[in-house]
Amino acid sequence: MKTKLSAENLNISFGAKHVLKNVNVEFSENEITALIGPSGCGKSTLLRSFNRMHDLSSDAKITGSLKLENLDLYSKTVPVTEIRKRIGMVFQKANPFPKSIYENIAYGLKINNLPHDKAVIEKALREAFLWEEVKGDLKMPATRLSGGQQQRLCIARAVALRPEVILMDEPCSALDPVSTLKIEELISHLKEKYTIVIVTHNMQQAQRIADKTVFMYLGEVKEEGPTSQIFGNPLNEMTTNYITGQFG
Amino acid sequence: MQHKTRALSSVIEWGTLLLSTLLVCFFLVVVIWEIVSKGAGQLSWEFVSTIPSNGMTEGGIITPIIGTVLLTLITAIFSIPFGVACAIYLQEYADDTWLTRTIRASIRNLSGVPSIIYGLFGLALFVQAFQFGTSLIAAGLTLGLLSLPYIITTTEEALMRIPNSVREAALAVGATKFETIKDVIIPSAMSGILTGVVLTLSRAAGETAPILFTGAAFYINGTSGFINQEFMALPYHLYMLSTQHQSIDEVRPIAYGTALVLIIVVFFLNLTAFYIRYKYRKNEN
Repeated sequence: MKTKLSAENLNISFGAKHVLKNVNVEFSENEITALIGPSGCGKSTLLRSFNRMHDLSSDAKITGSLKLENLDLYSKTVPVTEIRKRIGMVFQKANPFPKSIYENIAYGLKINNLPHDKAVIEKALREAFLWEEVKGDLKMPATRLSGGQQQRLCIARAVALRPEVILMDEPCSALDPVSTLKIEELISHLKEKYTIVIVTHNMQQAQRIADKTVFMYLGEVKEEGPTSQIFGNPLNEMTTNYITGQFG
Repeated sequence: MQHKTRALSSVIEWGTLLLSTLLVCFFLVVVIWEIVSKGAGQLSWEFVSTIPSNGMTEGGIITPIIGTVLLTLITAIFSIPFGVACAIYLQEYADDTWLTRTIRASIRNLSGVPSIIYGLFGLALFVQAFQFGTSLIAAGLTLGLLSLPYIITTTEEALMRIPNSVREAALAVGATKFETIKDVIIPSAMSGILTGVVLTLSRAAGETAPILFTGAAFYINGTSGFINQEFMALPYHLYMLSTQHQSIDEVRPIAYGTALVLIIVVFFLNLTAFYIRYKYRKNEN
């Protein structure tokens, strides 16, 4: 499998707090990789470093190299908006814009100067398994949708830009089991077109959808491999303890 | 036994709180009743559409109404763009350093400065140093200065209420910081910003001290309307009719009528603020 996204000797600190320590990790094209580990282990920090969300924190210090194929994600010559267009993100809590359903999808297309006619919007909503539920009500404020629908709208918003990678930060943690299953089904479907990296606290979820799993602990990658191996036959004792629920 | 004492003390607490509320309401009702009962007789289309006549003992109050409207307009034109821009800078762009913290604390303090100080400052700066003379523009700018801290503070609070996840949502689809603020943050914060703006302007419209030395006139012939000239304004007209006029008893009804009109104007501005808030709330949910 071709490597799509990678981090090499990545170190991130916020002020005096060293959050990621020498992380080396690769994510393959058209695969779902799950990042697991106890709270505070740095999985979200790692995820957010790829689309440069840490640019917002003035005290973040990042060294090492982060690449999308051969593109240096922190290169001064590539605008950050271009990187975020190619690497989409879905957040923990659904965060639709306070606009209509239609505008939620159209906005990202507009600012990136991409076509945003109705056919494009429909395609994105269909891809996120949301079209049938909202097709009669595209003018409705997105905030009136249910939590699960809002999250699928956020996924539609991300895929509308035709990114290469979609980063997902615990996308189901605020949802009920039915909505969660729907989104998992959607994610499994999306990997045909996109490379997906997902942070999750849900061990069953990782096993259900991820091709590969990366276990992190205290800012370091402790073990990585095919999901079946991580959960079936982990090599590291910490991984065993974590996935069997002895700490976390 | 202990149960009884606690029950008794909770009744006393309840009674004290209720009494305080009733006392406040009582005075409010008395003031409003006094003004409405004595001013309602004055209210007529003629009263609000004719100029004062016969040494202000007769006629209406169209001149101070126009003055107050224009004055509030100048205040708004000056204070809204600068106030909102300043709040956006402080909240969205400025780093949290000792300098920005000092600036923010100073702005909070400015909103506590007595309005007469603004009046004297306006006199020194706009009337004298800038040579605007006592005029509508000088008074409008003075009221604008008075309004700035309120607009900045309420706008900052409205921006602060927007969760970071909304900012991240826009950035994650490739929006620049400016686009994020313009297309997502400001529209989300609009109800809070507008409510603050309207309430601030309604307060400014009722101020007397800042316009006392900067442009409000005892009486002008005809209608006011030139920004480089003096003007009449409702609060000052009221103050003057109640305390400065030589035939106070004769103008008393006009004073009550003016007070009622001023209260109605401020009431409607407040109502607008509540309506805006209600409308945006409905859209948000």
